[in-house]
Amino acid sequence: MTDAVIDVRGLRMRYGARDVLTGVDFHVCRGEVITLLGPNGAGKTTTIEVLEGFRMRSAGEVSVLGVDPARGDERWRARIGVVLQSWRDHGRWRVRDLLAHLGGYYAPYATPERARPRDVDTLLETVGLTEQAGQRLASLSGGQRRRLDVAVGLVGRPELLFLDEPTAGFDPRSRRDFHDLVHRLSDLEDTTILLTTHDLAEAEQLADRILILAEGRIVADGSADQLARRVSGQAEVRWSRHGERFVHATPDATGFVRELFAQYGDEVADLEVRRASLEDTYMAIAHRHERAELEEVSAR
Amino acid sequence: MSPTVHTARLGLARGWTETRHSLTNPQDLGWNVFVVTVFVVVLLLQRNARVDGSALPLAMLTLPSILGMWVAFAGYSGAAGTLAAEREDGTLLRAKAVPQGMVGYLVGRIVSLSLITLFMLVIILVAGLLLLPDLATAGGSDWLVLLWVATLGLLATLPWGAVIGSLVRSPNSAFGLTMLPLIALTAISGIFYPISALPGWVQGVAQVFPIYWLGLGIRSALLPDAAAVLEISGSWRHLETAAVLGAWAVAGLLVAPPVLRRMARRESGSTMEARRQQHLQRTP
Repeated sequence: MTDAVIDVRGLRMRYGARDVLTGVDFHVCRGEVITLLGPNGAGKTTTIEVLEGFRMRSAGEVSVLGVDPARGDERWRARIGVVLQSWRDHGRWRVRDLLAHLGGYYAPYATPERARPRDVDTLLETVGLTEQAGQRLASLSGGQRRRLDVAVGLVGRPELLFLDEPTAGFDPRSRRDFHDLVHRLSDLEDTTILLTTHDLAEAEQLADRILILAEGRIVADGSADQLARRVSGQAEVRWSRHGERFVHATPDATGFVRELFAQYGDEVADLEVRRASLEDTYMAIAHRHERAELEEVSAR
Repeated sequence: MSPTVHTARLGLARGWTETRHSLTNPQDLGWNVFVVTVFVVVLLLQRNARVDGSALPLAMLTLPSILGMWVAFAGYSGAAGTLAAEREDGTLLRAKAVPQGMVGYLVGRIVSLSLITLFMLVIILVAGLLLLPDLATAGGSDWLVLLWVATLGLLATLPWGAVIGSLVRSPNSAFGLTMLPLIALTAISGIFYPISALPGWVQGVAQVFPIYWLGLGIRSALLPDAAAVLEISGSWRHLETAAVLGAWAVAGLLVAPPVLRRMARRESGSTMEARRQQHLQRTP
């Protein structure tokens, strides 16, 4: 694909005798929002760190913005935004000062299409930290610090943004603001976004495409809908008639409901059609792989 | 503007900001006041003691020696401690994630460590001169000597501190690996008592390391020329001072960059997270 922003083939990672990634393959196109899901220890963070150029891989081919991250120079670095899980760095700096300072590093890499860095005050407003602009980082709450992390990741107006667990510790309001921000970035600025999360509802809401990483490789790749269809072709239809409740599983829910109305008309009440949610899908896929793994182990 | 000049300017600005933060931080200021108080008490206790075979008060030898020792502590221990702490807290990872950020970080740290050291030297010197007004006879060339000795001393110690800070696993080990050897070397380097009172082999060991030469160099700047008779071979030995400090500086500036690069390459979110967990276990 010509506009592939990320292209990963046969990525392997081995720590000592342990294989964390056993052959990861995927690609991401310009402007896509991709969510990487997977149980703890599946290698999500490792994968992201390889793509960010923070970690050397054991084997495989990786291209990020057309460059091998292991050999990415500063010009390449300037096109990428990384949202770190910060802890207590720069505690003495004031919010606005730090953002302006870090933004300064991007100035030499501005292009006619992408002004760099972003205007600091607008950015503070975007992440909702205008009131805290003069505060020292040490005095920020966990959620405020997290929003500053996001601002730092965005200050260079990146073409590709990496977010590792971006909304951990957000309250529902900040979470929704953050989701709006992600949509705006991808719609208005064509920013490509790769994020990891544990929150399946978040993944479903944000992602154009979901990748599930388990046992060191990608075991599912598609939209939430496609994944649901793949795991279970059936939807569940529930209804009641004369106070009696019915449940029916069918691959063609629309057709079934049409029939239902044709046959009983007004008698049909409490109609409900339920497809497998991302959570059902995720559990099914993760479970299926655990079982396969167990069978493989016991077969040995 | 070339990217290098641009980054250097960001680094300078960063160093200045960090310096301001340190000089206005109650905790840092409290530590500085404590250090100066300790030195003043030492000088007060030594005020009436005379150096053997001389009319000079011992305190007059000790003040310049303390200044020399402080340069070594600030350069070596200061660099190691801040680097180790800022690897643990994620400052370095943050710098790594922006283009040229590591260079900006290092320039900033060199600037702030140097400025804070300079600030402390001035404070200790002023406090000392109030107690020992006889020292205030130093002329223009003497201050020049103080300046080159202190600058070369920083160059000789700071890169080695950065090496230690890059290699250790936690700020605690940085503290142990720098403070303990520094205290041991201070004891044998003629800082609080003339080195000539020590056995010859100990004098030999002391002369391998920068602390002795920093003390000697600053004594040569602030003391009357006649006081040179109290030193080894009865001379200020400027040439040897420049040679030993220069050798440490050159070696340090050769060793530090590859070690720093290797450290920077290995910084990642998960290594930082691991250190964070270690830290949380250390401090219940």
